Amino acid sequence: MSFISYFINGLSLGSVYALIALGYTMVYGIAKMLNFAHGDVIMVGCYVVFVTVINLHLPVPVGILLSILICTALGVTVERVAYKPLRGASSLAVLITAIGVSYLLQNIALLIFGANMKTFTSVVSIPPLKLAGGRLNITGEALVTVASCVVIMVGLTAFIKKSKAGQAMLAVSEDKGAAQLMGINVNGTIALTFAIGSALAAVAGILLCSTYPSLTPYTGAMPGIKAFVAAVFGGIGSIPGAFVGGLLLGVIENLSKAYISSQMADAIVFAVLIIVLLVKPTGILGRQIHEKV
Amino acid sequence: MAILEIEDLEVHYGMIKALKGISFQVEEGSIVALIGANGAGKTTTLHAITGLVPSSSGRIRLGGHDITKTPGYKTVEMGMAHVPEGRRVFSQLTVYENLKLGAYTRKNKQEVAASLEMVYGRFPRLKERRNQPAGTLSGGEQQMLAMGRSLMSHPRIIVMDEPSMGLSPIYVNEIFDIIAQIHREGTTVLLVEQNAKKALSIADQAYVLETGSIVLSGDAKELMDNEDVKRAYLSE
Repeated sequence: MSFISYFINGLSLGSVYALIALGYTMVYGIAKMLNFAHGDVIMVGCYVVFVTVINLHLPVPVGILLSILICTALGVTVERVAYKPLRGASSLAVLITAIGVSYLLQNIALLIFGANMKTFTSVVSIPPLKLAGGRLNITGEALVTVASCVVIMVGLTAFIKKSKAGQAMLAVSEDKGAAQLMGINVNGTIALTFAIGSALAAVAGILLCSTYPSLTPYTGAMPGIKAFVAAVFGGIGSIPGAFVGGLLLGVIENLSKAYISSQMADAIVFAVLIIVLLVKPTGILGRQIHEKV
Repeated sequence: MAILEIEDLEVHYGMIKALKGISFQVEEGSIVALIGANGAGKTTTLHAITGLVPSSSGRIRLGGHDITKTPGYKTVEMGMAHVPEGRRVFSQLTVYENLKLGAYTRKNKQEVAASLEMVYGRFPRLKERRNQPAGTLSGGEQQMLAMGRSLMSHPRIIVMDEPSMGLSPIYVNEIFDIIAQIHREGTTVLLVEQNAKKALSIADQAYVLETGSIVLSGDAKELMDNEDVKRAYLSE
């Protein structure tokens, strides 16, 4: 029974990684850049909920909505101000800028909220699910997290496959020049991708802090890195890859904590990544990238 | 009436002047060929028209509107479609999805559906392969897809960049037949080609580019008989 419980908690953590990884992978697919500030958007989203729900006593749905809106605006602004001027610059310059934005967001949070840990309260109010005569206890947070992830994943896949904007995103990620010749606003499409990724990061952050209720300016950093690992694990640029990678990572991490060593869990996660990349350098669902001649 | 007017267009790549003030016009309903050797500035001219490279001076007018500073993607809605060099179909998307992207700027679903039927009618092979990823098509089929995709925006003018490049002779003939047919049905064509013989044989007007300048221009049939053109471009 305890194995199932660890497994489900792993799925829940993995769902959070998957949601964050989606942002990484979509932005990478379309802008061919690693947005290392993505993890810190999570932290901003959590502070928005903290301020609105816990300090200002606004209703939870309002807090969540504000958090999503503010993160979306933040993602689009960061892209506009920091990354767009560097389009066409070397990928190293963009990478360093992304790291700079990450530190900037962390330090702004530090300035406003201080380094002290804030205690987050869960936004989930549904009761835990008791199965097998009370021996298996699944928290409401885990249920909501996994369910949100599945719904978002299905919705996002349908959006990309069926909607005009989704098809434009695929076109831009394959060939910006050709996409422009179709009449697609390439910059607008990239901004939309950042908006969606950041909105998902806000959701992921709120779910994460509901399960692990401590909030500091560095809350987003580690999940951000893990989600990046998940994206690479699944095959960066691939949306189903982010989903699979995220879930696998969460499960591996939780089972390692339970059965091997909680100190070693992160090391094991990264070791698994290295092994996967040695065997399949493009990640689990990644495509072979053909260089154009 | 000229649908596309280029006036004193100059383009610089850093210190290098790639286009030294060229002017030409494309009359509505005609096929205009732009010929020249590698590096003469043909692709640069097209990239300036599509906004892929900024022009340093001069004017570009589409249907009377100055589009010199207009973002490239907006000119599609204004009636200009493209068949890019190297085809550049979206290889991971299906044939159908590629065609739908060609109609990206159009809002009316019935009209788009009608265009799709028209394209499928003209290119039956695209219809057969509509659910196949475009990357799995042969070179000639991809060229047809690129042409079909350009027709999906219901353009007034199609700009075609080296449509015969890298195709087998059978496909080259087929592609030029299709261009002539598209033109007969009322679409203006600006054709950039290295295959000068083929291009001149279907064009009304032609311009010869050499190191960033237009050195010859006139009626395509007359240029075909021009001794300089024969020597330099028709390998006779």
